[in-house]
Amino acid sequence: MRGKTLVTVLVTALAFAWPVVAPASAPEIESDVVEATLDNGLTVLVLEDQRAPVVANMVWYRVGSADEHSGITGISHLLEHMMFRGSEEYEPGEFSRIVSRLGGRENAFTGRDYTGYFQVIGRDHWETVMAMEAERMQHLKLQEDEFRPEMNVVKEERRLRVEDQPNSLLREQLMATAFFNHPYGNPVIGWMSDIEAYTLEDNQAWYDRYYRPDNAVVVVVGDVDAERVIDAAREHFGDIPAGDHSEAKPRTETPQKGERHITVEAPAELPYLMMGWKTPVLNTVDDPVDAYALMVASGILDSGEASRFAREIVRGDELAGSTSARYSPFSRLDDLFLIAAVPTRDTDVETLEAALLEQVQRLQEEPVSDSELERVQAQVIASEVYQRDSVRSQAFQLGMLETIGVGWQEGDRFVERVRAVTAEDVQRVAREYLVPQRRTVGILDPQPLDGEDPPGPEAVQPHGDTAGGM
Amino acid sequence: MMRAGWLTALVWLLALALPAQAVEIEEWETNEGLRVLFVAAPDLPMVDLRLTFDGGASRDGDENGLASLTSSALRHGTAEMDADALAERFESVGAQFSTDSLRDMAIVSLRSLTEPDWLDSALDTLTDVLAAPAFPGSDFERARRQALQGLQRERQDPGSVASRRFYELMYGDHPYANWPGGERETLEALEPGDARAFYERFYTTGNGALAITGGLSREEAEAIAARISAALPQGPAAEPLPAVELPEEPVEERVDFPSEQAHIYMGAPTLRRGDEDHYALTLANHAFGGGGFISRLFREIRSTRGLAYSVSSRLQPMAVEGPFQIGMQTGVDQAGEAVTALREELTRWHADGIDADELDASRENVVNSFPLSLASNSDIVGVLGMMAFYDLPLDYLDRYVERMEAVELDALNARLRERIDPDAMVTVIVGGQE
Repeated sequence: MRGKTLVTVLVTALAFAWPVVAPASAPEIESDVVEATLDNGLTVLVLEDQRAPVVANMVWYRVGSADEHSGITGISHLLEHMMFRGSEEYEPGEFSRIVSRLGGRENAFTGRDYTGYFQVIGRDHWETVMAMEAERMQHLKLQEDEFRPEMNVVKEERRLRVEDQPNSLLREQLMATAFFNHPYGNPVIGWMSDIEAYTLEDNQAWYDRYYRPDNAVVVVVGDVDAERVIDAAREHFGDIPAGDHSEAKPRTETPQKGERHITVEAPAELPYLMMGWKTPVLNTVDDPVDAYALMVASGILDSGEASRFAREIVRGDELAGSTSARYSPFSRLDDLFLIAAVPTRDTDVETLEAALLEQVQRLQEEPVSDSELERVQAQVIASEVYQRDSVRSQAFQLGMLETIGVGWQEGDRFVERVRAVTAEDVQRVAREYLVPQRRTVGILDPQPLDGEDPPGPEAVQPHGDTAGGM
Repeated sequence: MMRAGWLTALVWLLALALPAQAVEIEEWETNEGLRVLFVAAPDLPMVDLRLTFDGGASRDGDENGLASLTSSALRHGTAEMDADALAERFESVGAQFSTDSLRDMAIVSLRSLTEPDWLDSALDTLTDVLAAPAFPGSDFERARRQALQGLQRERQDPGSVASRRFYELMYGDHPYANWPGGERETLEALEPGDARAFYERFYTTGNGALAITGGLSREEAEAIAARISAALPQGPAAEPLPAVELPEEPVEERVDFPSEQAHIYMGAPTLRRGDEDHYALTLANHAFGGGGFISRLFREIRSTRGLAYSVSSRLQPMAVEGPFQIGMQTGVDQAGEAVTALREELTRWHADGIDADELDASRENVVNSFPLSLASNSDIVGVLGMMAFYDLPLDYLDRYVERMEAVELDALNARLRERIDPDAMVTVIVGGQE
């Protein structure tokens, strides 16, 4: 959870990542990532980057809220917290004390598809923290008196991130409405009553089942020698036995039978509108072009101040104070193409919704211009270079691609794939996926903050059809 | 738009992973008197520029919100290039342009690739804006409405409500009490001419500095600095800010809010940039609440009692006394317990100081993590911008580690007792209903 927002559509940038000639005839060029798979199934990825004497060391587990069933939602995230509260060799908090003394920065993150742990540390200390990660992969010591206060910490985290954030509440309930039986309907942090009901045994079972070398990816990026890193990984992780994995049940989302609408009432000053269309991702799509075309479509709508939303809805007609459009091809399962906006003072939510949908319709009816495509491509190419500025973001992207099942090599193809997207592709995917039968709409209806009269005429109009999905 | 030649060159540059080098800062002044700090970082084909001006909210005067609106107005373009055209020109070459306004600083940033045509185009756009920002009336009205909506967004967030009130109570009549986002009444009274005058007064070569890092030679960096400097208005440095009156009595305020958590701030104005106590207090604070997982507040308030997800303290040295502040959030029914616990920790820290182990642990972290703070171009341009703005000496970084190593325990605890007063703290608690 802590790093969830790090997920970005811009993937790892590796040397020689893109072709130097026209995309259609481009050869695929290998990157400098060194990959090894140990006998116990652990994947190790290393990328040397000598720009600064620092190293990012990460361990990723292929487990997240997408693996959770009803009643224990958020357990992956709680376990992430418990990983800092003691193992056989290190007493509670000692792991962090050692990392701190070595001058390292550490944290962990839980998402829908993965749980990850990282340290960024001086080049002399990466092996020390790698060995410590190997120890807590196999010898976590879950204890009741450590677990009880951490449950309360997570309840506070949920209050902070969701309960007191009206826009987060809307998003959480929108996801739960869009997905009936697909696991992305559950929040990563978990529902409050599930958090309150966790037991130590739930933790132990989750740890035993998923924290296994064959379910993990080690990523090291920075001022290292790749062969040395592979050897060290073999030494520290090599003896950990593999687990036996039962295949996850499919939990394929039941077909949507029409548009869904919800309203969320919460103390707030500003209405908020969010809508999402069910879309395939790189992992699930028949033709990868569709996933990249959807990404380009979101970029045409909202990837900077020159995009259509900023130009026409924020500045032109001034219907929204802020807007966003987000689609990522990178997740384990089907996801949503999301659009969100805050109406301006004199705009009702229905007018704003109509204007946003008009922009979607335009994507369906007319091809995007060459200059718009080129702008999105230029931004992608530049971002590829910019994100190499950080060893951590490079490691994050390698680990993310590998963990969700796409494979880190997709980073090598990323720019080429984006450049291969045509105006016709964008139009085609907009027609196929951005349709009412895939759509869920959520509206935040602000309630007075002071318990007195509702906030004036600019307040949200109740939506015409709230009888949908709920 | 794509050029095969440039991409080939880029691939070549990326292949030449040069060995790590110590950060070497070069300094010069442009003909117009703009101070420039530059670090060559040849490994990536990208450039970061950061202009900082003494033109943040502390320069608002009675027109609270003016610095912030001036900053956003720079994104509205020029008479020849409206906001759409400005955005198109930056984004079509992959450049990232941003402006920001804090209490001390106004910031203008540009990130670009070094590919000559693209960089040149981005610099042209930047210098056009700096030379003749237009402040067109309709854009200004929209920016005002967006700022007013920003105030609404803050009013629905208990953390923002608490932070605003915390600064008001700490700083009283001092300009640091100005909320960077402004006030409704003053925002409504502002006119484009006010922003133009603010720009011409504070965004000047004599009142700013330029930090540059990236894949440039010294000559290339000088040429870029000269172009930017020539575009800026010329003018003197702003007058120093008034001194801060340090509080002598405790102040506590509770604000009702329909939230599940209470947001708690506790602190007082404490430290200027360049103050010699910076080193001792940084180490003391690291052990207390600034050191993340290992600090006392994290251990006692979060790990042991489970009262909060986020609890920490920090020192924010500014042009004049910036705050020492503790922040946390907890369920509303635990707010009283939390405030009591914070006060106990604060009193114990102040009275007994930290011990030798805590000093060692804090110092090792600060010293050993030093390379991390300069590991990326983003880090470097941030540090350079800070150094340039606060006029820190060029050997600030070189001497940082030795200054930390020179701090002795007794002296540290003496400085802590002198500079932090637990009996004169401002406490703000927002959340729940009385």
